Order: sequence, then C-alpha cells, then structure tokens
Amino acid sequence: MKIDIILAGVGGQGILSIAATIGYAAVEAGLHLKQAEVHGMSQRGGDVQSHMRLSDQEIASDLIPKGQADLIISVEPMESLRYLPYLKKDGWLITNTKPFINISNYPDEEKLMAEIKALPNHIALDADSVASELGSVKAANMVVLGAASPFINIDFEKLENAIRTLFGRKGEELVTLNLNALNTGRKFSMEAQK
Amino acid sequence: MQKMSLLGDEAIAQAAIDAGMSGMYAYPGTPSTEINEYVLASREAREKGIVASWCANEKTAAESALGVSYTGKRAMTCMKHVGLNVAADAFVNSSITGANGGIIFLVADDPSMHSSQNEQDSRFYGKFAMIPILEPSNQQEAYDMVHYGFDLSEKFQVPVMIRITTRLAHSRSAVARKPAREQNKLGLPGNLRQFVLLPGIARKQYQALVDNQPRFVEESEQSAFNTYISGKDHKMGIIACGLAYNYLMENYPDRKVPYPVVKVAQYPLPEKHIRKIYEECDSLMILEEGYPIVEEMIRGLLNLSKPIKGRLDGTLPRTGELNPNIVGAALGMPQEGTLEIPSLVAARPPSFCAGCPHIDSFIGLNEVIETYGKGRVFSDIGCYTLSATPPYESINSCVDMGASITMAKGAADAGLVPAVAVIGDSTFTHSGMTGLLDAVNSKSNITVIILDNATTGMTGGQPSAALGKIEQICKGLGVEEDHIRVIKPLRRNHEENVKVLREEMEYNGVSVIIPRRECVQTLNKRMREKFKEKAKAAGK
Repeated sequence: MKIDIILAGVGGQGILSIAATIGYAAVEAGLHLKQAEVHGMSQRGGDVQSHMRLSDQEIASDLIPKGQADLIISVEPMESLRYLPYLKKDGWLITNTKPFINISNYPDEEKLMAEIKALPNHIALDADSVASELGSVKAANMVVLGAASPFINIDFEKLENAIRTLFGRKGEELVTLNLNALNTGRKFSMEAQK
Repeated sequence: MQKMSLLGDEAIAQAAIDAGMSGMYAYPGTPSTEINEYVLASREAREKGIVASWCANEKTAAESALGVSYTGKRAMTCMKHVGLNVAADAFVNSSITGANGGIIFLVADDPSMHSSQNEQDSRFYGKFAMIPILEPSNQQEAYDMVHYGFDLSEKFQVPVMIRITTRLAHSRSAVARKPAREQNKLGLPGNLRQFVLLPGIARKQYQALVDNQPRFVEESEQSAFNTYISGKDHKMGIIACGLAYNYLMENYPDRKVPYPVVKVAQYPLPEKHIRKIYEECDSLMILEEGYPIVEEMIRGLLNLSKPIKGRLDGTLPRTGELNPNIVGAALGMPQEGTLEIPSLVAARPPSFCAGCPHIDSFIGLNEVIETYGKGRVFSDIGCYTLSATPPYESINSCVDMGASITMAKGAADAGLVPAVAVIGDSTFTHSGMTGLLDAVNSKSNITVIILDNATTGMTGGQPSAALGKIEQICKGLGVEEDHIRVIKPLRRNHEENVKVLREEMEYNGVSVIIPRRECVQTLNKRMREKFKEKAKAAGK
C-alpha cells in the first residue's frame, strides 16, 4: 500500500492541520510516513504545499516525483491547479471552491472552476460555507479532508481518532466541530461519486 | 522506545537533548529555526537544566557554544547557511582551538533559495575549517548523527559540522530514540592554553589539526554512514551525498540500483570507497545537494580522469535543489509527460499580513521619498524586505544582515541625499549597531528607520534581543537625542508620521526614526493565550 498526497493552500489556511491529522492516523495504522512542509517566507500569505507520502514500505524521497501523486487535497481552488504536474493521470483532485484572493491578478472564477471541472476525477465543494453552517469557517480544512477521506486508504475511524487526539486539548467543542466537518465532507464526497 | 514523528530539525533537537548537550545557542533563520524552538519548548530539556537561548546573532551564539565546550560540556549552535558567514570568525578559529566538550555547528543550507538570498554550500566552510562534516540523508540519520557527532568531537577534540538542507529540516518522519546520556561534568581543558590563539600556540594547534586530517579520513572510511553498495553494471558508478541518495533510490522502486553506489554522509570523503568505485567503473555520476563540491574534487581542474557526470557537465542543473525527477532524468529514466499547470494560475508571492505595522510605515516612507525620487532606500533582511514587491516597491537593497545602515552610510558619503536605511528591531541588534556607530563617528547624513515590531517576525515570532532597548542603544552610540523619534505606524497617524520622516530626512546628520507597533502575528498569539488563561481561570 502506498499513497502520495499533495496538500495545497495559502500560508495560514491550515494545511498543516490536515497533514497532522492524516499523519497521526497513518502512524496509528502502522504505516511509514514522510511529509515535507513549507516553512518560512511563503507562510506570509504565499502559496504553500506539503508532500505527504504514506506506505507500508520504507519511503525513499521526501518529495513526490511528478506524475505520481494519487491525490491533490487543496483548501483553495487556484492552488489546487498549481500542482497538477504532480498528479497521476488517474489521480483525484479534491478542492475547496472558495477562493482566497490576496493578489490583484486572481483569475476569473468561472474560468477557474471550468479548469477544475475539466479534470476527469475531481471533487469540488464550498468547504467554507459548509464549515460556517457547522459553526466556524475555521473547520473548512477538515471538511476538505473529509471529502478526501474516501480516497485515503486508512480506516475512517483512525482519522476521527486523530482529530480527537490533536484537537482534544483545545476543548470538546472544537473536537465536535471538526468531527462534524470531517463527516460532512465525507458524505458530500460519497454522494458526488454515486 | 516508541518512535516519534519529527521534522529533521526536531530530530536534531531531540537528539541533542538525549546526547547530553548542556547548551544550545542560536539566532533564528529558516530553515534552522525549529531546532532551538524545540529545545526551548521541551519539558525534558528544562528538567535536565539544558540552557537554550536565542542570541543577538550567530557569532555570539557560536562563541557561547565554544565557551560551553571549553568547560568540558557539550554544546550545539544552530544557524542557517548565511548565518555561518556571520559566525565564520568563531567557526574557523574554533577548529584551531579545538574542542574540550563536544561541540556541533548545525548549519542548514537552503538550495533553491526558498527563504534566502543565496544557496551557498556549507560543506565548503567545513572543508575550509578542516573539520569533519556529517550530512544526514534522513531524519533518523540526523538523530543518530548528533550522538555520533558529539562523540567524534570529543574523540578528536575538534568541532564537528552537521550540514542539512531545507528539505530535511522541514520534512517529517518517524525517528527512534536512543537511551539518554548524562551531561558531562564541568572539566577545564587539560591544557589551559589550548584556547589561547597567540601565534606561537596557534601554530602548534593548527599543526595538530593538519596532522589529524588522515585520521578524519579514516574515520569517514570506517563510518557506518558511508557505505559502498555493489552493483553489477560497471559502466557507471554513482556517488550520492546526503539527501541525493534518497532521490537516487526513489528512481528504483525495488531499491536495487544496477550500478555500484557510494553513499556519502560523512566528510572528508572516504577515499577508499571513492578509489574503489573509480577503479571499478568506466565513469562516475556525482549526485549532491548544493554546490558541485565533491564533483570538483574528483574531477580536478584539468578533468583528466574518466568521464564524470554531474552538475558541472550539465547532466544535472548547475543550481537549485535536486528532486527525484531531476535525478531520474540524469539517470536516463524516461520522464513521462505530466498534466500542465493551467495558464490562468497566477503567482502568489508572500505578502504582508493584514494589519501589519510595516504597511503603514512603507506607505508613509513612499510619500516622502516621492519628493526626492526613487532609489534611495537601503533595506535589510526581515518581513519588511517584502516591501520590495508591488504595490510598495519601497526598497532598493537587501544584501546581508545589517547592510542597510552601512550601505546608506557609504551612499551618503558618496553624495546621495537623502540616504535612508530601513532595518528591523531584531536585525538592528543582530548586526546594525556597529554600522550606526560608524555613521555617528563620521557624522554621515543618513536617516535610519528601525521598524520595531517587538519580535523576530519572519522566522515566526522569536523574542527580539532589541526589545525595550533601541532608544538607549542609539543614544549610547551617540545619536543626538532630538533626532531619535518614535512614531506609531497607524493609518490615522499617517500625516503626522510623514511629517516626522520628512523632518529627519531633511536633517543633515544621523537620525533614527522608530516606527513602533507590535507584529500582528505575535499580538494575536498573545491575545489567544491570554484568552485561554482567562477561560481556564474562570473554569476553576
């Protein structure tokens, strides 16, 4: 078993929380893990990405070779496209559709969505709205992770457990919010695939 | 012991704690920052009484570490590659004094310049200082090498360099810990003149270092970190250094490379291994992250040897970070076409955070500079360097820590009016103070803007050594009190701030303006913690 994931977003959007959740679940599942993060300058509102590799065998490179990622999980629509060269031809792209606009030349949203929808395997959802309805837009990243979860070959309960552990010390309220976000995202994804 | 999921930086920090380190000294710099942060946050480190501090700069950090080594205890100093330029005096001379307690210089290089102004390769420095260098290829090796590095340092009484790069520093993987070792007891050097580098003593010490070189090579040859892996196809042999070894292996899913391979993770180069692979194979390929240092050594100036492929002959790109695809292409692996980035995807460079005090400072500065014309603002290294980008485009230089003040001084001496320096609070105490003293002593006509956001912002909000001291420092250095002006960079103060900036630029002499407002990131963090504490107290 081997799964390579590109996590994408804008500095400050919480892709490292997604990474930590998958990472915790993967270690629980006894998998090898390598996860390259971006720290430093780009965290100031620039594009950020994380290469996350899980395998039952030892992993060599911290970076995913181009054309080999099984999944792109993005919390921002334009950022989801930036890493397409890494995606396998039959890989899946899971993205939030809510743009994060902090540049003056952000592309036309309709054209952007058309690019995403042109991909054979994609799940696109407005995770910000879903999370807001559940109580806080801050859980948007967990909605996106939920939507990606059917494609991640780890028991769903392990992802839930990871959230309980990682958000546990921040209070029960946050745990519930993030678990709801995860489940709602997952449900959306299952429906979309039917 | 249970495995921990650690960044390369964190693995190094945990190893230092476990290996009996007594002191850790650093100045924050991407990608090395997380090492000291980890030690500072570690309860274990606190319980063991390990001293961990952020220092004014890398030189003071390195010297403090050397002081710990003098007492017989183990010390580590951490910095980014360009930080080693700052610490170079201490670093190179520490190879002559040698060590008493184990001392490790941990240097994190940044090939491809993710967060840096160059991609210099610290292995050159290690070679220059003639000390052993360790270059881990993964997080576990990084952990193990800290233990080994301290032992090696004490065995030969010499500082040891561990060189990592961004990719390892900021990549996470499982790490198995070793049993913890006690810290060394206080014990002065056997020879109390060991650290006295008067010429007469230095010559002896230097000779001892030179005499040790063959032993360092032997150590490399016997090291478990340097391995010779046989391969059937002798048309080529591959020397893979540090992280490059992983990219090589990634290209062989069964991990069986058809060619002989020397995995290098310790320097000086293991001559026996290199000689063997050279004799066995018709040609060599050198894979190394950073400069082609190994390639140059093996190739030599005249390149009279068997064909050697690498960064110098164009088999691999001359600059930038390696990755599995670049190495695959060099190996002649077919590179399949991939999906393309749609053309509508726009670049998203880093930018100031919403509410950042620097925004107001640069809007004010731009208005005043407009009167004189662009091209008069020398800047420095920090978040405020982002003012080089639109819409601000305020600054005209960013060279090295502290260069804003001294470059402005030089430009002013040459007749540029006004000559403005823009520097952050932490960068000012790192390397700006001495330049300001130069300017005061020669009565240069410069305007220095010290952006005081009360933290070291770009690296994630480490404490600033300048906190609460800037006016006193400037006064002490001789800046006239009337020309030390503190302003608060807020939109509503714009007119007033522009007036102050204008007045000081018109003043013929050294003036200092301090726009002071806390970084929004540290402010938010502080508020969150305060809120949490309040909630906790209320809960009780």
